[in-house]
Amino acid sequence: MSTNEYKKHWGSIEEFEVVAGVNTQTEINASDNSRKITKENESISRRDFLKASGFSLVAASLTLSGCKNAINKAIPYLIKPESITPGVSTFYASTFFDGHDYCSILVKTTEGRPIKIEGNTLSRVSTGGTNAKVQASVLSLYDDFRIKSPLKAKQKTTWDTVDAEIISKLEELTKKGNKIVILTSSIISPSTKNVFKDFLKKYPTTEVISYDAISSSGMIEANKMTFGKEVLPTYKFNRADLIVSFGADFLGTWIAPIEFTKQYASRRTPRSKTGKANAGISKHVQFESTLSLTGSNADYRIPINPSEEGPVLLEIYNKLATRAGKKPVAVSDSKVANSQIDAGTLPDELWAKKGRALVVSGSNDVHIQILVNKINSLIGSYGATIDLGNPTYYRQGIDGKMAELIERLEKGEVKGMILYHVNPAYDYPQADRFINALAKTTLSVSFSETMDETASLVNYICPDNHFLESWNDAEPRKGSFSLGQPTIGKLFDTRQAQESLLKWTGLTGSQGGEATEGESAYYLYIKKYWEKALYPLQSGHHSFASFWTAALQNGVYEPPAAHSKSPHTFLLSDHEFSKTVSSVLSEKTEGFEYSLYESIGIGTGRHANNPWLQELPDPVSKVCWDNYLAVSYGTAKKLNLKLGDNVKINDLFELPVLIQPGQSDHTVSIALGYGRTHAGKVADHVGKNAYKLVSLQKRKNGIQRIYSGGGITFKPTGRNYIFALTQTHHTMEGRNHVRRGRLSEYAKNPYTGNEQRIEDLKHKVSLYKARVFEGHHWGLAVDLSRCTGCSACVIACTAENNVPVVGRDEVRQKRIMHWLRVDRYYSEQPVRPEVYFQPVMCMQCNHAPCENVCPVGATQNSKEGLNEMAYNRCVGTRYCMNNCPYHVRRFNWLAYSNNNKFDYNTNSELGKMVLNPDVVVRSRGVVEKCTFCVQRIQESKLVAKTENRELLDGEIKTACVQACPAGAMVFGDLNKKDSAVSKAFLDERNYFLLEELHTVPAVGYLTKIKNDEPLAKS
Amino acid sequence: MYDTRIRGELVEGGVTYSDITRDILAPIEQPAPAWWYAAMSVSLCAIAFGGWAGYMTISRGIGTWGLNNTQAWGWDIINFIWWIGIGHAGTAFSIFLLILRQKWRTSINRAAEAMTVAAVMCAGIFPLIHMGRPWMAFYVIPYPNTRGPLWVNFNSPLFWDVIAISTYLTASATFWYVGMIPDFATVRDKTNSKVKKLIYGILSFGWVGSAKGWLRFEALSMILGGLTAPLVISVHSIVSMDFATSVIPGWHTTIFPPYFVVGAIFSGFGMVLTLMIIIRNIYNYHHYVTDGHIDAIARILVFISLIMGSAYATEIFIASYSGSEYEYFTFYNNRITGDHMIGFWGMILCNAVIPQLFWFKAVRRNTALVFIISLFVNLGMWFERFTIIVTSLSKDYMPSNWTDYSPTLVEIGLYVGTLGIFTTCILLFFKNIPMIAISEVKGILKHTSIKNAKN
Repeated sequence: MSTNEYKKHWGSIEEFEVVAGVNTQTEINASDNSRKITKENESISRRDFLKASGFSLVAASLTLSGCKNAINKAIPYLIKPESITPGVSTFYASTFFDGHDYCSILVKTTEGRPIKIEGNTLSRVSTGGTNAKVQASVLSLYDDFRIKSPLKAKQKTTWDTVDAEIISKLEELTKKGNKIVILTSSIISPSTKNVFKDFLKKYPTTEVISYDAISSSGMIEANKMTFGKEVLPTYKFNRADLIVSFGADFLGTWIAPIEFTKQYASRRTPRSKTGKANAGISKHVQFESTLSLTGSNADYRIPINPSEEGPVLLEIYNKLATRAGKKPVAVSDSKVANSQIDAGTLPDELWAKKGRALVVSGSNDVHIQILVNKINSLIGSYGATIDLGNPTYYRQGIDGKMAELIERLEKGEVKGMILYHVNPAYDYPQADRFINALAKTTLSVSFSETMDETASLVNYICPDNHFLESWNDAEPRKGSFSLGQPTIGKLFDTRQAQESLLKWTGLTGSQGGEATEGESAYYLYIKKYWEKALYPLQSGHHSFASFWTAALQNGVYEPPAAHSKSPHTFLLSDHEFSKTVSSVLSEKTEGFEYSLYESIGIGTGRHANNPWLQELPDPVSKVCWDNYLAVSYGTAKKLNLKLGDNVKINDLFELPVLIQPGQSDHTVSIALGYGRTHAGKVADHVGKNAYKLVSLQKRKNGIQRIYSGGGITFKPTGRNYIFALTQTHHTMEGRNHVRRGRLSEYAKNPYTGNEQRIEDLKHKVSLYKARVFEGHHWGLAVDLSRCTGCSACVIACTAENNVPVVGRDEVRQKRIMHWLRVDRYYSEQPVRPEVYFQPVMCMQCNHAPCENVCPVGATQNSKEGLNEMAYNRCVGTRYCMNNCPYHVRRFNWLAYSNNNKFDYNTNSELGKMVLNPDVVVRSRGVVEKCTFCVQRIQESKLVAKTENRELLDGEIKTACVQACPAGAMVFGDLNKKDSAVSKAFLDERNYFLLEELHTVPAVGYLTKIKNDEPLAKS
Repeated sequence: MYDTRIRGELVEGGVTYSDITRDILAPIEQPAPAWWYAAMSVSLCAIAFGGWAGYMTISRGIGTWGLNNTQAWGWDIINFIWWIGIGHAGTAFSIFLLILRQKWRTSINRAAEAMTVAAVMCAGIFPLIHMGRPWMAFYVIPYPNTRGPLWVNFNSPLFWDVIAISTYLTASATFWYVGMIPDFATVRDKTNSKVKKLIYGILSFGWVGSAKGWLRFEALSMILGGLTAPLVISVHSIVSMDFATSVIPGWHTTIFPPYFVVGAIFSGFGMVLTLMIIIRNIYNYHHYVTDGHIDAIARILVFISLIMGSAYATEIFIASYSGSEYEYFTFYNNRITGDHMIGFWGMILCNAVIPQLFWFKAVRRNTALVFIISLFVNLGMWFERFTIIVTSLSKDYMPSNWTDYSPTLVEIGLYVGTLGIFTTCILLFFKNIPMIAISEVKGILKHTSIKNAKN
């Protein structure tokens, strides 16, 4: 290469590097370059050499002085797609259902990329709420671990080959009369069910079996036995004045947490004199063994061992039965002695609140659920707080059938397996049996999106689309329908499972109508189904096209609710009931009991490869990136265990110990969903697989998966493990950051718990003139009585603001980047602590301590009261971080994007597609923080301006406000006297965090009021 | 008039003018001894370690340090203030004593000023390298620019830090240099090496020792001294503002400016003592740096130590008297007791208790003991900065944020690196610059030594 050549050609540093033949790293070494050039061209003159050195020097100095961003070319559209305007995002209504959680959603797309998921307020089921998993699901679309083409024996192949071979094998199996089983997660899509039906017509030896990773089979079967309905009922927590839960984490993971949180939160604020009237605060009693999110919110929480659940329920039942004039179930004394828990006056209160009470249990033991059903029917819950007429379809798996299936597979009865959204090789307790049995099939097909534990065992993988690439419909509850639509073209050579099934059924053309190019067969199939089944139900639209468009636009179609007040007759005879139920009294077990639970972020483990969820601290323990053995304070003391001490559990695996306040003394708990081996680079070998501890037990109706048990052993291995904990100090040290009061006090004095506020107001004097905001002044109010701590807001914020994932080691160093954190405090005593949650984001202080200390003025107060950060100006002295009393500022300690050390979504082109283009990705060495989603404020302001109108109250929703299923946060303009946030600021419960420092925050909190009404005696 | 009968001899051993010149120029004229090379190589190793740490910091980021979201400052600022404190000695020593016409300063001021310049240079590294984006450091300099123009934030103490430190460094270096001009001329005149003659000739600005020259020299020294004296107060006052203007418990204190200035002088004098004892023993300068000198510094130290003790007591009293639960917690639960109590008690012991031994003449006259105590003072002042920064930040207002902090190898490397720079500078000073101000000692010789007084 002659020097003249590169002199001509290089235009930018990057090009220069390419021309000069050095690698395109930005950190280039000046002397290296000149050496290379001189070596390659030996006849180089002195002048040329000096020139080259000069270039290198300039290049190096430019690199150092910050001219380091690669030039990205933006190519304008030649023909602009109708729905895409660069810079303007489009929302599509869709549906999230992963076989476990349901949510009606809006998908925000920018330049054709889905980047954010929001709740759909039009849905009667999820009512605009979301949870962490729903919020994070958009990232799984851009998971590099997804399978990118159909695979045969793990080798890449074409759809035609796969289709031809599978069809011929299916036909062969059918001809021979061999069984084919479609093993699927719970299906709530009516169209998918029809696809299965059509498939069954073509291949009549096929059987569809539902299998849930975390089963609710006990409830479904109990309902079948007691009411003749093999379903899950719909619960109405908002109608219950008294909620008694036995280990059901209904705010976190149990059945429909988004919906339940909304219902529950609506009954957690006390009647306010200034605010609008509400139905009054409900009372919540929780019996459970480990401290769950729901238990953390309970007014009364009683730690019990799993084995005590039956006896306590039976005691409650017996007392209620006596009151109802029925014969109690006879119990032998020796068995009752097992329980140390006294249900006390709870039965009396349940009786007093007949028709306004609700008892739920998270157990998967059919006998316990029968007992719960009986109690609920005694206290008149059916028709009041439980709706069995409009059942919920989230869980359909029956444990016995799965157990049977494995036996049949082992015997060789089932020759074909089609696996849809299931991963029993990971999450079935006898996974090894399943794996060996699966090998006996002649045809095994998986629709898995990723090469998971089960998919890696099958003959054919026909990768399913991500749900954001798919058409679908859903009937989460009887009479509620929703639609799912693709929001992006397929990223890889994948095909929707339903489409594959239709193809194999031979229904891609005729039954589904003419499939034109770009329209999938399944889309036409759904449309057809809706036209046939749903269109006739309504009268508003005169053509199907208009009905369909409306449904697609709204995402939901909910015909007026049918009032099905069918009388609920209890089918079990008293004798049968007594016989069944007395078996809940187990003999006293030796040693420790255990309970297994679903974690808020990781859930069943299906989304484990999502780095956002891995980095979401558990709302209660504040541990991320691991599961652990939760032991009680007393146990830890007795066995001399410290935080992080590794123990070997049942000789199965080793886990570190976490001392969990509120944990029952004789029970240890482990989260499910961890310990994946084929989940992808993020989740592989994170934590241990606790599904191995699920026990299969024989019940009246067959095998049942029981998520608790006895006889667990664990012995310290002498090693200690450091947790990635985001909060290491757990009490408030007597400070009043979370101000809380008792309902009885509140009735007398609405300032209860908030007396400090009166003092602060008295001393609110300033040397300076109070600042007047012309125009807007943004404020946020957080109602701590409503907030359950579920952390959906944390993920929403992460997604909206391109918050980087930093990984376990950095979290250990206390460098988590979340702009919004949820603080969790325990009250002082570790045995039965009260728990308080407090979301903390930037307070947007009017007198911000961070602002005046920045030497370069990189952080300033806007004229709308926002505390703004100019990232480009920040030199990273971190003085602002120190001087922020709330410590909400975050520093980019290292380069978190394009860095192989942080191999998460911002290290690959695919993962970066999730980034919000309205928010800059921060470079190393700058401080960042919450901005009240200033990009959303700006967007709404512009919309209002173009429409020539004033902004409406509640029109702007920051990401956290939008995501909150509890409606705990209100955002708005403090300059408007009638805005919701202004009203909240006038509430007696309102206070500001560290108000005495006179930072004058724009984030207000409303005190947490707990219902302390004593358990009534009548 | 200086009376040796009352105040003792300042230059002992009956040395003559030529003795002084010979003694003080000896290290420059003779080849460096083996220990000098050994010390130099250790220092250079330390600099290499520091260089590695600096490379890690700049190429990877501040993430290579042990800091976290709550504890955003650590060893970087601890060491910065520690060095700045040490850097107070020279100027405080030589200028205050110059203005007060304390003649005993003459044997010590040169080394003290050299130490100041070296220490301030070391200190200056930290604010620069502690930035997340040090290549953007020029943003903190106020000058009309094409970015708006964007100005700095004049409210920020950090900005005034930049101004104060750069001014202080310039003033101290100038003062030091001006004081050396006659001595450079002496070296120039004495040396046989042509190279040295040239270099020292340039450095001495063609000093000929004329009466006019001396007049100007004296006047300039006094003027520079007068100008620099307020800087001694201002530099550490401003550094203390970094903390005092914040809202953090344990930082937000009105006592900080005087407390910091006194603390700085304390640590500076501690370091002067350490250094002078080394010089005096190695180069056998017992005639010049007499037991009386050591005694005098020790007396000053015991006085400052009392001030420090009262400052600590005041802080602790105010923490409980103010009624602020956060202040109370910081002082009583995170300093006096708690995880970092070693820092606090180390500070009390080294700064307020151990120097009280200087009340005893026997201790003051025992050079070995004085040397050890001076090291304790240096250590104690490091503990003080550690206590202020770590205990206040790690557990402040919201317990949910409470964290802990321990430095990484990179942070230790940076500290060791600056120690290396400091010792290298000092070693170079030993070898190339007259360690004692020849002209000034000669200037006082007649009046302050017994032999000459008799004459």
